[in-house]
Amino acid sequence: MNLTLKVWKQKNNKTQGAFETFKVSNISSEMSFLEMFDVLNEQLVAEGKEPVAFDHDCREGICGMCSMYINGRAHGPWTHNTTCQLHMREYKDGDTIVVEPWRANAFPVIKDLVVNRSSFDRIIQSGGYISVNTGNAVDANALPVEKQKADDSFAAAMCIGCGACVAACPNASAMLFVSAKVSHLSLLPQGEPERKARAVNMVNQMDTEGFGSCTNIGACEAECPKGISLENIARLNREYISAVLSGSANSA
Amino acid sequence: MNWKHYFNTSIGKKLQMSLTGLFLILFLIVHCYVNAQIFYNDGGVRFNEAAHFMGTNFLIRAIEFGLFGFLILHIVQGLMLWSSNRAKRTNRYAVSAGNQTSKWYSRSMALLGTLILLFLVLHLSKFWAPNRYSQLSGNGEKNLFEMMRDEFQMSWVVIVYTFGCISLGWHLVHGFYSSFQTLGLGTHKYKGFIKSIGIAFSIIVPLIFAAMPVAFFMQWIK
Repeated sequence: MNLTLKVWKQKNNKTQGAFETFKVSNISSEMSFLEMFDVLNEQLVAEGKEPVAFDHDCREGICGMCSMYINGRAHGPWTHNTTCQLHMREYKDGDTIVVEPWRANAFPVIKDLVVNRSSFDRIIQSGGYISVNTGNAVDANALPVEKQKADDSFAAAMCIGCGACVAACPNASAMLFVSAKVSHLSLLPQGEPERKARAVNMVNQMDTEGFGSCTNIGACEAECPKGISLENIARLNREYISAVLSGSANSA
Repeated sequence: MNWKHYFNTSIGKKLQMSLTGLFLILFLIVHCYVNAQIFYNDGGVRFNEAAHFMGTNFLIRAIEFGLFGFLILHIVQGLMLWSSNRAKRTNRYAVSAGNQTSKWYSRSMALLGTLILLFLVLHLSKFWAPNRYSQLSGNGEKNLFEMMRDEFQMSWVVIVYTFGCISLGWHLVHGFYSSFQTLGLGTHKYKGFIKSIGIAFSIIVPLIFAAMPVAFFMQWIK
């Protein structure tokens, strides 16, 4: 199929970007969206032009790098998938596709479609860890964990930190990400010692990074490739309230 | 860190919106119950009795100060949140998801709230302000039933009230659920229940309110 692409081009964080229009032809419906971009870039290189910069790594939906905002949707129109898992059979010959980077002030554009998501790393550093004694590894089943909690924790741990929640949120809020990370650790006994400080510190860091405030709109949940539920945000709210009310958050 | 800090984080601001919103929901229930007394169609006897109690009881009058305080906090914090959240994405998307990933009313709380505020200015200037002024200047309470009957003869007033109630309904559909989600109750166990109650509340209460001007205008209540 032949397609028209309107792609965001931006030299760096200091300059203003703009859309540029490209034509790609002979695109197979079996290609992934990223492979279609590979074809475009090969074409641009052959023409002696600069290729479009975009993030990608595993190309199997687990690394969270491929951050494209496609026709108004994070990772394109399919639910529970990443850009690399979006296939060209979604599109018809002659379609025009608008591709933008994640837009949030906390995710500054590095180049074209590549954004800097280090703000997520700093949020993790502020509390997304547990303390483990050195020495021999503890037996995996030494600490009993309630089945439901283990399942909920695992579901939260599915978060790949791609930032689609921020990209999709009208407020550019990172609450779904932070709530997944807080839930994942705080539901388990290993996460208990830092539990209260974790909730408060990660929320503080999230605010410092310049993410918006959650207003329970739910676009994050709708766009999350891993199906992270809004229940995690409810849990983060509870964790935060209980940390503040118990006063233990001050030791953070 | 202190309480002021905790209430000023993003979750703290959500909590301010949630708690003041829940208080305003409680107020709506009381207001609706008292005003629904007009439907006895007894020439306003029961309504005026209830209005007299609400207008003169010391405790209710004290709570009225709290009501205005919470209302102003809800409005100011809401508008500040709206503006600061907008500022978090300076470069906006060329194409947006719109209704594909969220409901329009959940994205339009500031707009719906502003419409309710405009309605409130008219509403308070028509009933609350003249009545309190009359009380404070020593002329006693006004006959609120007669005031309603007179005001709701004007079709434009009835139309504005109807639009005010519609805005309130949509604001509540998101606000009711959202306030409980902020308190951490949006779990799979309660979420469906809260959403259902919220939708029922958002339909029933504004409908009863809207029925009042309409009933006077249509002369169903005399």
